[in-house]
Amino acid sequence: MTSATATVTATHLRQATLPATTDHPRFARNPGVEFDPDWVSSVQINTSAVERRAASLGARRSVKKSYQAAWLLRAVTLIDLTTLSGDDTAQRVRRLCAKARHPLSQTLRDGLDIGSLSITPAAVCVYHDMVETAVEALDGSGIPVAAVSTGFPDGLSPFDLRVKEIEASVRAGAQEIDIVISRRHVLSGNWQALYDEMRAFRAACGGAHIKAIISTGQLGTLRNVARASHVCMMAGADFIKTSTGKESVNATLPVSLVMVRATREYEDRTGYKIGFKPAGGISKAKDALVYMSMMKEERGNDWLRPDLFRFGASSLLGDIERQLEHHLTGRYSATHRHGIS
Amino acid sequence: MTLTDIFETMEYGTAPEDAKAAQSWLDIRNSRFGLFIDGAFTKPGKSRFNSTNPATGKVLGSLTQASKADVNTAVAAARRAQKGWAALGGPGRARHLYALARLIQKHARLFAVLETLDNGKPIREARDADIPLVIRHFYHHAGWAQLIDREFPDHEPHGVAGQIIPWNFPLLMLAWKVAPALATGNTVVLKPAEYTSLTALLFADICAQASLPAGVVNIVTGTGTVGAMIADHPDVDKIAFTGSTRVGRLLREQTAGSGKALTLELGGKSPFIVFDDCDLDSAVEGIVDAIWFNQGQVCCAGSRLLVHEALAERTYSKIRARMKTLRVGDPLDKSIDVGALVDPVQHTRVADMVNQGIADGAEMFRTDTALPENGCYYPPTLLTGVEASDTLAQEEIFGPVLVSMTFRTPDEAVQLANNTRYGLAASVWTENINLALGIAPRLRAGVVWINCTNQFDAAAGFGGVRESGFGREGGREGLTEYLRPRYLKSLKPVTATKPPASGADPLSGGIDRTAKMYIGGKQTRSDSGYSLPVISPKGALIAHVGHGNRKDIRNAVEAATAAVPGWAKASGHTRAQILYYIGENLDARATEFADRLRAMTGASARAARTEVTTSIDRLFTYAAWADKYDGQVHSVPIRGVAMAMKEPVGVIGIACPDASPLLGLISLVAPAIAMGNTVIALPCPAHPLSATDLYQVFDTSDLPGGVVNIVTGPRDELSKTLADHLGVDALWYHGSAEGSAMAEAHSSGNLKRTWVNHGLARDWNNPAMSEGTEFLGHATEVKNIWVPYGE
Repeated sequence: MTSATATVTATHLRQATLPATTDHPRFARNPGVEFDPDWVSSVQINTSAVERRAASLGARRSVKKSYQAAWLLRAVTLIDLTTLSGDDTAQRVRRLCAKARHPLSQTLRDGLDIGSLSITPAAVCVYHDMVETAVEALDGSGIPVAAVSTGFPDGLSPFDLRVKEIEASVRAGAQEIDIVISRRHVLSGNWQALYDEMRAFRAACGGAHIKAIISTGQLGTLRNVARASHVCMMAGADFIKTSTGKESVNATLPVSLVMVRATREYEDRTGYKIGFKPAGGISKAKDALVYMSMMKEERGNDWLRPDLFRFGASSLLGDIERQLEHHLTGRYSATHRHGIS
Repeated sequence: MTLTDIFETMEYGTAPEDAKAAQSWLDIRNSRFGLFIDGAFTKPGKSRFNSTNPATGKVLGSLTQASKADVNTAVAAARRAQKGWAALGGPGRARHLYALARLIQKHARLFAVLETLDNGKPIREARDADIPLVIRHFYHHAGWAQLIDREFPDHEPHGVAGQIIPWNFPLLMLAWKVAPALATGNTVVLKPAEYTSLTALLFADICAQASLPAGVVNIVTGTGTVGAMIADHPDVDKIAFTGSTRVGRLLREQTAGSGKALTLELGGKSPFIVFDDCDLDSAVEGIVDAIWFNQGQVCCAGSRLLVHEALAERTYSKIRARMKTLRVGDPLDKSIDVGALVDPVQHTRVADMVNQGIADGAEMFRTDTALPENGCYYPPTLLTGVEASDTLAQEEIFGPVLVSMTFRTPDEAVQLANNTRYGLAASVWTENINLALGIAPRLRAGVVWINCTNQFDAAAGFGGVRESGFGREGGREGLTEYLRPRYLKSLKPVTATKPPASGADPLSGGIDRTAKMYIGGKQTRSDSGYSLPVISPKGALIAHVGHGNRKDIRNAVEAATAAVPGWAKASGHTRAQILYYIGENLDARATEFADRLRAMTGASARAARTEVTTSIDRLFTYAAWADKYDGQVHSVPIRGVAMAMKEPVGVIGIACPDASPLLGLISLVAPAIAMGNTVIALPCPAHPLSATDLYQVFDTSDLPGGVVNIVTGPRDELSKTLADHLGVDALWYHGSAEGSAMAEAHSSGNLKRTWVNHGLARDWNNPAMSEGTEFLGHATEVKNIWVPYGE
């Protein structure tokens, strides 16, 4: 196993067979397509025009009152509740998982009168070393564990180790793997290498879902963001994700718009639906609503469900809780009134 | 709907803007309004009309239909106020404009809500587009007022400006008119559109609050007849109009010969050109901004989609998908994209045109989204399968209706884009900078947006060519429309040259030299087959020239039109070389030309010599200007530039003055050709030989054929043909007052730009009034090309 992965070559990867796609309740999983360099080079992005559209998104739609509350409840279900810190400990992760089981206080739930509506985050996202802890802590909750992988956040560890890291996380019970791409392949225009790498990661994931972090803040241009998105989808990504949360610039509306439009283009060409995950910097309920209206406008209601849309966020949930309490009581809330994650 | 239901459906719900404050502004005034004249509101008049909310049909207020007496009072108030307002000086006026900007800003939401109630436009647009642009316009022009005395020392205000504005951007159009007028020291009588007068009346309130001197701004409400009264009023000096081409044409005819300055911002059928290398998703979003902004009721709406053949189906399918997420409904709802049309009359008009188009074979797409049951709503509509010859491709619809055509090559895109009587705006989508910047100058339009659309700013001029009108609003170019050269008021009427008694004296000996027409670089016999005698002051027959007629003009215009592309494309440097060369060759024959002038006019030897040397000097002046009359790069609030490029007007007809037969012609023809125009010059009828002698000078100076065409004959007869000619872009007329009136009136056909002397004589020897930027301004159009950039 070790030697096989270590000696993997580009040619080898292209011929590698992917694991059979798991049946999905709503749609077929993206198996990827042949690498198509013409497709990549035909991608055009006009930065100013993208920025104008992104800037108008927040002003074009407004959700108020009970609609806002319902949208925020939905937002909770879209969160990959995340801790990715060097000082993470088992206890810290257990606290996060406990919060995932009960993201909203019972008072809030009762007040909102949502009955048995299941409101839990889409996943809990941790480093590999914390996967087992999280899996245990979430046992029976139905909440999957996502592991960041492949030498997160920079992706510069040896290729075979990156592949093995995926395999190890899957073995440890992670159902979702958030990989980081080699930014240098994008920056040097080596799209084939990016495709091959992504293909190998996808193969290593097996039945686990794979989110490709393209690290938009380090790609230099929106055109690169679009091209990297397309290549990752061609290579079989289930989700494309903006950022690790560790770059100086993380998720922004313009990069998100570019990536979301890329998923539409990919679906138009192949018929496969790809999910989108903005990560880093989305900490306010208001921002989450803008992202959600962008998803609804650009992709429709399907992309307001956790199988196609996630927020990578650590503090967003807290702000949502405060806004929900405000909706309920008419009073502005305070942080200490809600259990921390 | 319960929270749980919404959680499943993820609908937006409604997000209505509160209209209470606007309603109470109406209530306090019992919803009845008078006119704003001389700093105060008059009592509501007996004759009134209703302003309604098109989204609900509900009456918002009862407005006064101004009478002729009201208009007279308003003009008189404006006249009384004007001297003091001008005398206040730029910095004094700047403080008032600044106060207006601040006050509008303070009441921004009230203005926005009132605008939405009155017009039916989405509150988001009133709030985020209209009102911020209004505020920006007043701030920007407060700045101009501050600078004007130093920047335009040789100019003065026209006096009283009559301003007639449309209903699509009621307060914004008011700002575009009022701010530059006030900055330059004019006073104003403004008539808002009868559908949408309320924000103008709120603005009147603001003027009073800002302690604007009484009479500086007067607002009279009413139907088009009130506009006609303003345009007719003898004490109004300038008319600025934004509205339909039909009304613009009437105003051109109505004001002809009155001496009133006129600017017209009229209709359009602006192309939206999508090349196959563009960011298509962004282009589709651009289409939304182009045709579904303000329900498509935008004069510069990108209403004609021209898409590369290879990309057409993908583009249509993306547009159709995008249309499905457009939300049509209550304009006060913050989540609405498309509101109500302004009035049932418009609704009928749009519906009729679309139905006719479908009957003619256009293929229609609309989403099945339901419209509100009541109110004046029209669904966003895409019509494909439209051909250039179809009515829908030619006529302005002024509604949320996009018509689409395909092209194969950039050349064909330009050809289709320019295949229209209008010339307001154009939008070009490509990621290829060579293509974008190559196409922009070739589009006949006053504004070109590269990879964007419907961008406006106070610092950039806006306005059209062809039947989209003339004049600019915004930018330095817009400001000058409210100024005139100071020397104008010193001009005296021309003295009519009496034709001397027909010469009994025979032609002097020697070989007969026959002056023909000069058309397309060739000397051609007049179509009429008749000749006119040229008689010396003493009655001697000096020579004959051809009696030019309609057909000679037709041929000359054809030659001039054919010469336009090459000459306009020639570099300033090349044109300069040719002008220098003409000067050089004229100098070589200076004595001959001086003799000719003496023979024709009886001028002294010295005067004749001076006229020739001044003519040579003038040629050198415009040779100098040819590569120096630069455009500007405007500072607009985008990451990018708005390039105000100076472009030739096109084909210019020039009726030359009687005075200074050689110098007058050179003074007019030289700036025109220096800027890349081609001309049809009508020499001074009594003394045409200085012009016909120029043929050989032109021929030896490398002037391409067709750039200068000369037709001899009766000035007014030939000018009329030029004025009527739909292929002539501008007419400069220097003759009698009656001829000036005729030239302006007959130019209404294609709304060509005119520049007439109103029968006043200019001293062609005085460079302060006979050369320079005033002339160059008439010889150029300012095209603002917006180029956002950044990867």
